[in-house]
Amino acid sequence: MIQFLVHEAGDTVGVATVVIKAGETIKGLYMDSQGPVEVVTLDDIPLGHKVAIVDHMVEDSVIKYGADIGRVVQTIKKGGHVHTHNLKTRRW
Amino acid sequence: MSNPKVMAYRRENGRVGIRNHVVILPLDDLSNSACEKVAFNIKGCKAIPHAYGRLQFGEDLALYFRTLIGTGANPNVAAVVVIGIEPEWTKVIVEGIAKTGKPVTGFGIERHGEIKTVEMASWKAKEYMHWASELKREECDLSEVWVSTKCGESDTTSGLASNPSVGNAFDKLVAMGATCSFGETSEITGGEMVVKERAATPKAAEQFMAFFDRYAEMIDRNKTDDLSGSQPTKGNIAGGLTTIEEKAFGNIQKIGKNCRYVGALDKAVAPTGPGLWYMDSSSAAAEAVTLWAAAGFVAHFFPTGQGNIIGNPIEPVIKLTANPRTASDMSEHIDYNCSAILRGEMTLDESGDNLINMLIRTCEGRLTAQEVLGHEEFVLTKLYESA
Repeated sequence: MIQFLVHEAGDTVGVATVVIKAGETIKGLYMDSQGPVEVVTLDDIPLGHKVAIVDHMVEDSVIKYGADIGRVVQTIKKGGHVHTHNLKTRRW
Repeated sequence: MSNPKVMAYRRENGRVGIRNHVVILPLDDLSNSACEKVAFNIKGCKAIPHAYGRLQFGEDLALYFRTLIGTGANPNVAAVVVIGIEPEWTKVIVEGIAKTGKPVTGFGIERHGEIKTVEMASWKAKEYMHWASELKREECDLSEVWVSTKCGESDTTSGLASNPSVGNAFDKLVAMGATCSFGETSEITGGEMVVKERAATPKAAEQFMAFFDRYAEMIDRNKTDDLSGSQPTKGNIAGGLTTIEEKAFGNIQKIGKNCRYVGALDKAVAPTGPGLWYMDSSSAAAEAVTLWAAAGFVAHFFPTGQGNIIGNPIEPVIKLTANPRTASDMSEHIDYNCSAILRGEMTLDESGDNLINMLIRTCEGRLTAQEVLGHEEFVLTKLYESA
């Protein structure tokens, strides 16, 4: 049983498919290659929310679906919860 | 490998339909009652009432004519009876539909009254029902079935699995030489540059951007507050979405990884050749599917997260969800459950094949959940108020 999915190689986040707690070693799957990926979580990750699978610095892009979905406004470590507190749109 | 074959109806103009409706089409709001009476008298035919058709003008009138003519002309329709209050606009609709070569007759209520009109139209509808009921399905190529897509009540499972399942199926259908379409101009906001880049030609990209800019200008003209505060919605954010870009990219998963759109169409305009087409449309489900049906599409893929229950009277809507809760507590609305992807137990490639298999079954006569439940939302898009 997996706990998260990553859309494609090069993405910097995965999406929780179950409710995840901080400190868990979670198993995921790349949807393009079916390859495995593992991360130790730093935060609780609600179902449907994103977990960082690499470290992000301020002003880095978060990549999902192979596309830039916004800019990082607060450092995000691998295993951290990526949401509106640390990721903002580049549009407005 | 040769394309799958399906047993379907080949119409007079060569197009392929997967349903065999005899439609009783009202010209205007005043004629709904007569159409419903005919459909009560003559079993098996279908009235599709709507709210408009009086004192429309300009571009709005052109769209209304295009939508009604396109609905009657759709290959899922075998024959049409048109009823209008007056003969002139009724004739416009009848002549537009007649170009397909299918049987169509118009009746005007003025100078006859409704009772006499219902009697005359019932005789014609009875004749069409006998004729249509003896039409035979024949072997057609799956690529001759035009398929549209839009999603509704999306959540994170849509971007993860149900939208990419449609994208995988679209990649395969377009590679077979099929005609497919996507739209939802408002939902593309934030990802419009990515959609622009998915054009097959610079001309198609330019056409798309012209429709996108027209939409953005319409929002600017009519908005009462800044839409940036409502996109993504609070529900979207609670579900895990963050930025408008992320929401848009989740939506765009429906056009797959490889296929490129060959052109951009105005509302209810038919494509002129095979391939993927963008069509300008509202993101309101019933309005958008009505426009695709009028553009000649005969089947629709509708991925849903939280469970949108929309249907259409002539274009069967195939619903899929990856949300296990929706698949269980709203199961009567769902044709294909792809939630196994979320458990890592099914690949997108397998899911795309399963969806194409459901399309083939639908083509050959399996009724969709929406058809069995009688969801027949026929909603005309109105551009501005009537004169």
